Amino acid sequence: MPALSTAPRPTAPPRTDPPARTAPLATALRRNLTAHGFLIGAVLCFAVFSWYPMVREFLLAFQKTESGRTTWVGLDNFRTVADDPAFWQAWGNTLLYTALALLLGFAVPFVAALVINEFRHGQGYLRLLVYLPVMLPPVAAVLLFKYLYDPGYGLLNELLRFLGRPEQQWLQDPDISLLAVVIASTWMNMGGATLIYLAALQSIPGELYEAAELDGAGLLRKIWHVTIPQTRLVLSLMLLMQVIATMQVFVEPFLLTGGAGPEGSTTTVVYLIYQYAFNFNNYGAAAALGLMLLVLLAGFSAAYVKLSRAEDE
Amino acid sequence: MRSARLRRTRRPAAVALVSALALTALAACGTSSSDDGTDGTEQSGSSDPTTPLDPRTKVTLTIDCMPPAAKAAELKEWKEDVAEFNKTYPNVTIEGRSTPGQCLEPPRFTAMLKAKSQPDVFYTYFTDLPQVLAEDGAADISAYVHPTSVPLLKDIAPDVLGSLKHKGNLYGLPTSNYTMGLLINRKLFKDAGLDPDAPPRTWDEVRAAAKKIAALGNGVAGFGEYSAGNTGGWHFTAQMYSLGGDVVDASGTKAAFNDEIGKQVAKNLHAMRWEDDSMGKTQLLKWGDLQKQIATDKLGMFLAAPDDIAYMVQQLGAKYENFGMGPIPGGRNTLAGGNNYMVKKGISPDKIKAAVAWLNFKNLTVGKGQFDWARAKADGLPVGVPQPNFWLGDSKTKDDGARTRHATMPVANFKAFMDNPVPGKAEPPKAQEVYKVLDNVMSGLLTNKDADIDKLLATAETQVNQVLAHQ
Repeated sequence: MPALSTAPRPTAPPRTDPPARTAPLATALRRNLTAHGFLIGAVLCFAVFSWYPMVREFLLAFQKTESGRTTWVGLDNFRTVADDPAFWQAWGNTLLYTALALLLGFAVPFVAALVINEFRHGQGYLRLLVYLPVMLPPVAAVLLFKYLYDPGYGLLNELLRFLGRPEQQWLQDPDISLLAVVIASTWMNMGGATLIYLAALQSIPGELYEAAELDGAGLLRKIWHVTIPQTRLVLSLMLLMQVIATMQVFVEPFLLTGGAGPEGSTTTVVYLIYQYAFNFNNYGAAAALGLMLLVLLAGFSAAYVKLSRAEDE
Repeated sequence: MRSARLRRTRRPAAVALVSALALTALAACGTSSSDDGTDGTEQSGSSDPTTPLDPRTKVTLTIDCMPPAAKAAELKEWKEDVAEFNKTYPNVTIEGRSTPGQCLEPPRFTAMLKAKSQPDVFYTYFTDLPQVLAEDGAADISAYVHPTSVPLLKDIAPDVLGSLKHKGNLYGLPTSNYTMGLLINRKLFKDAGLDPDAPPRTWDEVRAAAKKIAALGNGVAGFGEYSAGNTGGWHFTAQMYSLGGDVVDASGTKAAFNDEIGKQVAKNLHAMRWEDDSMGKTQLLKWGDLQKQIATDKLGMFLAAPDDIAYMVQQLGAKYENFGMGPIPGGRNTLAGGNNYMVKKGISPDKIKAAVAWLNFKNLTVGKGQFDWARAKADGLPVGVPQPNFWLGDSKTKDDGARTRHATMPVANFKAFMDNPVPGKAEPPKAQEVYKVLDNVMSGLLTNKDADIDKLLATAETQVNQVLAHQ
């Protein structure tokens, strides 16, 4: 018979090891140092090539250089720019260009995405096809359109002559030159937007369409009541991005119409900035005009950021 | 203890990594030190500007517009000239810098002036003088240029040297000059039954000839003009000058083209484009476009400077024999310009003397440097391109004689231009801004069949007056 068992004596709780508590902090510090190390390069490049030029632009907008001496001239540069006869034409053209670019550059990729989305087979091929123009260097694409639009031997006028229709002056007609530039620009740039819209469309749950079909909705009603509401956020973001991008248009009108276009009809704000800086040697005026554009686009950018945050919620 | 030791050794490694990244980032961001250009071994000579450079003085001169390797013959000649120059000045080092393409591209030139990174001796056009002075980029070399340093000073045409003066001070030495004339395609002239040795002398004759040439068909245009990139305004100005008109008045504060002459120029162009259909359908052209057309026998005539001919032969594969040149139709005045070198402000007196000595030898000595026509011919370079008067007196006689003797092209084709000099006239004030406004007149005339000429000119007048109000 075992002896009477006594109740076990309770053991003292183990002592904690103080050094162990510092391990997470040390690890975090090491990780942060590495991350900051990698960030330094990007921050320095941004500082030198983006932030410094912006500060410089701000200063230049209020300065004037004569005989090597730089003086502060308050708002003189802004008055000079506003008094330029091309000022209002440039802003008018830029706003008109932006409006046309939204009409075409916004609607065309969306429709293209809708069409591609309806195909059950061959979507990959169609995506590649739509995206190909984006791969062309802008200059090459512009030269292609320059040939298409040529009033003498261009493809479009050859086609019109073949059909017995009157020729058009395209890039050389003050009334339609800007539209011609927009068409070229849309073709060159719609690939990216189409892919984004296509991705948005494909993320819409199929059940919503099935429910709509059960309610007897046709194609247009499905687009209006299901597709557009479901992609509203993407559409809004793309709209703002497009406004910001098209307001800065320079390459297409510069290469297609020589810059100003017939009777100045394709002169844009950025082209005018180019003229002030490099043809008129008036950096102050160029900076002032650039600052005006910056302030306007900053407003759109702020709206873009706000919408981006809304998407995260 | 072992664990603690390992942790301590990793921290220095992280710090080293951060430092390395920072240094790499700095390098990647393109930080660079700037050379102040001073030659540490430079000995100080006499600072008296009227005294020639002492050959014992050590000087290094940086200079741009040295021919690039692609221009092998010109580069060879440059080096030969440096070697010969160094026989007189053995201690002067000519450090040439070359640029592919055009020596002076406005955007790069503007940036260079802003950064004050121009070499000691830098290439410019006559019309760039105001811009260079506004940036305080050029030295006043008046005191350094005299009959001793530039022996043929008295034989340089006054309007050429005058282009480089501001308020009586001289800021550069000329390389070459030009006046605008009428460049013709001799083949198309013959095909149309016109005499290529008698180019049109009036605008009515231009119009008649253009109509005949355009009648050849196959996309051939009789006469061409620019209307984009500010070049349309430039040529509208030339046409105004040709008829004795002005674009800006003598005071430099008012537009002066909305008059009978302006209307005449505008109506003539509009008629050629739309009534005669003799200017081709494609407009909004700028420099380079008309040259391609005439070089490929698609254009009969356009206003050009003589150096366009060399460009078309050397770059576009045309033949000198196919071109002719007459004076600008109208013949009252013509647009004039030229090229020159300036000296950077702030360099030492010895460097300025060396610069003047080199420029004198290379560009301002009959029979030497750029005027050594026998050598140019032997090296396969063009000799005989028509030029307005650069020299006067004996220098002109000698130079013209040598040029004719060693000509590599039929100089008879340019006789009409050479025999009928038209007075040169400078560009208007704020030229590029004025040209930009006048581009709208040109593009309106050439792209709008129903253009309202009076309205185009009146609108441009108002706009040019606005531009001139800001001076």
